[in-house]
Amino acid sequence: MDKQTAASLLDTMYLIRAFEEKVSELYAKLEIRGLLHLGIGQEAVAAAVCSFLDRDDLLYSSHRAHGHCLAKGGDPRRLLAELAGKANGYCGGKGGSMHISAPEVGFMTATGVVGGTIPLALGSALFCRERRPGRIAVVFFGDGAMNMGAFQESLNIASLWKLPLLFVCENNGYAEFTPISAHTLVERASEHAAVYHIPTVTVDGNDLLAVLQAVEPAVARARSGDGPSLVECLTYRMRGHYEGDPSKYRELSELQEWKSKDPVARFVAWAIDAGLLDETERDAIEAAARSKVEAAADFAREGPVPERDAVSRGVYA
Amino acid sequence: MTPAAGTTFLQSINQALREEMLADPDVYVLGEDVAVGGPYGATRGLAEEFGEHRVINTPISEGTVVGLAIGAALQGLRPVVEIMFVDFITLALDQLVNHGAKLRYMSGGQLKVPLTIRTMFGVSGGWGAHHSQSLEAWLAHVPGLKVVMPSTACEAGALLRAAIRDDNPVLFMEHRGLYWTKDDQAEPTTIESTLGTARVRRPGRDVTVVATGRMVSTALRAAERLSAEGVEIEVVDPRTLSPLDLDTLAASVRKTGRAVIAHEAVVQGGIGGELVAQLQLAVFDYLEAPILRVGAPFAPVPAGEQLEAAFVPDEHSIIAAVRSCLGRA
Repeated sequence: MDKQTAASLLDTMYLIRAFEEKVSELYAKLEIRGLLHLGIGQEAVAAAVCSFLDRDDLLYSSHRAHGHCLAKGGDPRRLLAELAGKANGYCGGKGGSMHISAPEVGFMTATGVVGGTIPLALGSALFCRERRPGRIAVVFFGDGAMNMGAFQESLNIASLWKLPLLFVCENNGYAEFTPISAHTLVERASEHAAVYHIPTVTVDGNDLLAVLQAVEPAVARARSGDGPSLVECLTYRMRGHYEGDPSKYRELSELQEWKSKDPVARFVAWAIDAGLLDETERDAIEAAARSKVEAAADFAREGPVPERDAVSRGVYA
Repeated sequence: MTPAAGTTFLQSINQALREEMLADPDVYVLGEDVAVGGPYGATRGLAEEFGEHRVINTPISEGTVVGLAIGAALQGLRPVVEIMFVDFITLALDQLVNHGAKLRYMSGGQLKVPLTIRTMFGVSGGWGAHHSQSLEAWLAHVPGLKVVMPSTACEAGALLRAAIRDDNPVLFMEHRGLYWTKDDQAEPTTIESTLGTARVRRPGRDVTVVATGRMVSTALRAAERLSAEGVEIEVVDPRTLSPLDLDTLAASVRKTGRAVIAHEAVVQGGIGGELVAQLQLAVFDYLEAPILRVGAPFAPVPAGEQLEAAFVPDEHSIIAAVRSCLGRA
């Protein structure tokens, strides 16, 4: 890895971290509302996966979507404005946190239905195969989606049709409030993938380097038309399932343990050790991310409210 | 082009698919068994002509196949998915209702979903509760979906072509009982004139009968019998249930002052209730009698021959409603 790559990856992770912390703050201050799922703690997965994608690659997300959108090149100003329900948001205030869409950067959509975007990603992969060889589709989902029929059906079809697709499971150990051990005996998405003859690997999702290493060949395989892969990233969400979730279902000690595996801090330590970064550069990257997010908050705050009659416009093309 | 005289409903569907695939390389056909022609031949010959990369057999995974088609449509393909029976649309409702129907709106107009879903519906042949339902009202309840229900061979082809060219998700509902029917004469039907427009199938002065799908031909039979006793009903086919051409329906009822809505779906919660609500608001001052509904009883579709016959409304059900409307027992 060169210095520039390290800086770029760190920039993405800090941007997501700063964005989510700002969202949490604005939510607490009642400046934004809605059902918000934050990705603090899972930044390495988004940053690593999207570092291999071009604008024309087609990305689908889950309900925990902000980080994916930012990593794909989404504009934090329009994203935050969307969360604030403003007309200058990506979707004009009609989508909100779980329905972000930014096709101009290849971020197709998120979803409020667990596993809901997996079949959509198959269709976009079919399009790539038919019309844009070399382009790929990527879908993020959590461990909760492993028990959805759509996931199993999609593994089957993607494998059968050799679709240019990357499945990324962010296995954060909880389906809403329920630990994975309580909802399945098959605790690894990679086990499911293997059943369908899909190349797969499970990695430490808080280790950015491990994710990079797993994703690179998977993306290359999809681009060359050899079919789908599944990369499973074991990670942890440092906030609740939703913002405001009192998280009574997990122990504080568990949270503390994962805090010591913080993906951003780990990468910083590694990069400094490897001579790719110094403290001053780290500070500058973080400060730049925070300043971008402040500008986004201003943009959202000052954005116009949608016209009232927009409510029933735009239902049909 | 307009199908030749003697063309069946099913052949008209097949021709429409072929013509749209010829006209637009982005039209793809997906579904169970479509590459071998489907259960009755609606997709016959397409795989041979256009290749199995455009006429794609899928596993029995309705939900994922519909989602996949939505994802392809988002990128600009124009998939036509066959859901063999509308009963199985239940398996695809998450993708269709939560994603396909809403992505245009939720994305603030950034995305569009030019998707057509062809599906068989309706009662015939004792196929029972899982292969005979009429679920159009569920689908017409969803903002973002269009629901089309042809009643003649010529119109089936024109409406299907219009559906494929439409930039929205369209449910195209084909009554199995119409598949082998032919029009009395070839009707020149332009594609543009069909989607979203109703059609007066038989003019009349006394009572308007709004009928859908196979109930149109049932209503026309009722019209013959009623005519013999001096009652002239006007039969109107909405053709598209969402969006609804209220103007044509209302114009008819303004003329007759009376209306009966006839569909094969169960009456409770059926599309007839919506038609009654919209019509009474539009034509209240013209109404001489309450608008009546004819449909199936509030029960699953039974399989046995006699019970099935008791389930489906027939011309006698329509005649009884028309007489009741006119104050004649």
